[in-house]
Amino acid sequence: MKNQTDYERIEKQAKTRKRLGNIICYFFLIFWAVIVLFPFYWMVLTSVKSYGTYNSERIPAFFTLSPTLQNYIDAFTTVSLGKYLLNTLIFTVITTSVMLVVITLAAFAFARLNFKGRDLLFTLFLSLMMIPNELVVITNFATVTNLGLRNTFTGLILPSVTSVFYIYLLRENFAQVPDSLYYAAKVDGTSDLRYLWKVMIPICKPTLITIVILKVIECWNSFVWPRLITDDPAYFLVSNGIQEIRENGFGRENIPAMMAAVVVISLPLIILFLIFRKKIMEGVARGGTKA
Amino acid sequence: MEKQNFKGWLYLIPAILFLGVFMIYPLVDVFVYSFEEGYNSASQTYLGTGGYNYSYVLHDPYFLQAVKNTFILVIITVPVSTLLALLISMGLSSIKPLRNLFQTVYFLPYVTNTLAVGLVFMILFKKTAYSDGLVNLLINLFGGSSVDFIDGPYWAKMFVLCFYTVWVVLPFKILILTSALASVNQVYYNAAKVDGTSSFRIFRKITIPMISPMIFYLVITGFIGAFKAYSDAVALFGTNLNAAEMNTIVGYVYDMLYGDSGGYPSYASAAAILLFAIVLTITCINLLVSRKHVHYAD
Repeated sequence: MKNQTDYERIEKQAKTRKRLGNIICYFFLIFWAVIVLFPFYWMVLTSVKSYGTYNSERIPAFFTLSPTLQNYIDAFTTVSLGKYLLNTLIFTVITTSVMLVVITLAAFAFARLNFKGRDLLFTLFLSLMMIPNELVVITNFATVTNLGLRNTFTGLILPSVTSVFYIYLLRENFAQVPDSLYYAAKVDGTSDLRYLWKVMIPICKPTLITIVILKVIECWNSFVWPRLITDDPAYFLVSNGIQEIRENGFGRENIPAMMAAVVVISLPLIILFLIFRKKIMEGVARGGTKA
Repeated sequence: MEKQNFKGWLYLIPAILFLGVFMIYPLVDVFVYSFEEGYNSASQTYLGTGGYNYSYVLHDPYFLQAVKNTFILVIITVPVSTLLALLISMGLSSIKPLRNLFQTVYFLPYVTNTLAVGLVFMILFKKTAYSDGLVNLLINLFGGSSVDFIDGPYWAKMFVLCFYTVWVVLPFKILILTSALASVNQVYYNAAKVDGTSSFRIFRKITIPMISPMIFYLVITGFIGAFKAYSDAVALFGTNLNAAEMNTIVGYVYDMLYGDSGGYPSYASAAAILLFAIVLTITCINLLVSRKHVHYAD
């Protein structure tokens, strides 16, 4: 009998302890979620407050009863936010598509074609992954300047159309495609290029999509190179655009309009993320550090 | 199998061309630059070769400030963010309901534009003539007095920079650690449970060793990433980082290269090579330490 009660007590204790642990755990997780989400809430909130309201609040209010879209109109009319967005879009699309062609050809050569010096070359490529961007950016700046490509899309795009890491990622995936498919295609007289296009690319589509997503995020957020290479606002990308807006845009004090611009800039990637949540997280886990 | 020498190289031409021009040539060139003294970027001439650029950079107070800032940033953010990520992913893996929602929320900072969201942090922390800002409001609530975190004392600015950096780098670390925790074989935990092992002991003797390769990976990439900090600082304090005393080594390199204080590629190269040397040294130390402490399943 005594034993019986003991067990009950122990069981009860364990249950309470578990519940307590759970509560602490949720509390902590919610706490951090608030820290993550709050800046987003604050930027949306501030962006719908009118200029007058915002500046008359000595103690910032946590909500607003008279939301306005005026700031968004200002963001597109007073400063050239639309232009920055369009530039970034052009930059992202061209960079990503040129890169896809370059890396697909290279990965195919490394995975499928048989030529002298292949393995040595591949090792050389891999060792290039260790080189930090900061080391090469100085000469690239000089090269692009000497070619007269400053303030052009060509100058912006050229240095970022190859990525050793993505070549590596794709090659590993290409190498998993069974050789027998290749020989079968050869027997049927299919050319290498056609085989690549009709067989390899469809099979490796998931990896390609991952690469595209990672590259798009990288392009959308790129800041350093565009800053070096453009000083004409007509070629600014969003990162430089927002910096320009901050320093000379609406006048330093028009925070609500600035926040409207921030919301507009942040939205495309957030929407992309919510749609492709699983793919993006998988892709980043496989090979992304924030550039 | 027939050799496809010509074809193989043909497919590689674009990649080799781009890498050659924008990676290998610059890599050699940056060393050349760094030893050319008195380089004039307008006439593209130089006076002589030697180590003067390095000595100039090493005696430049702005560079020393940048090194100091970068080291403080690294020393604070790498351990803090790794530990915090570990705690959060432990929390995540111990709950079932809402886990996906939390994971999605925690990942959001990864897909945001650093420069843009940095502005939000700036207005949250900034003290202006009109308002003390939200963070100061909270501080006042707890009885403290307002501090200007953006234009104020050094420690306050450093705090915001560290806080924002941690906020930015956490999503990646949480993601990696959560998947590492999920891949630990449940058999170990069940065995420990049968033995009545305490949860702290389980954490120390099973969880940590099993995910140690991933923790180590995060520490290494964390160090490398933190040493290259730059855009976070620009987002908070604007492009004139030297005036704000908040410059980083990478920021120093770019300032030397371009902008109001720019036009000195030789100094920039010397600073970039010094940065590379620092990162390489730290990474080697990390690798040596890890040999002792990281458990690789075989």
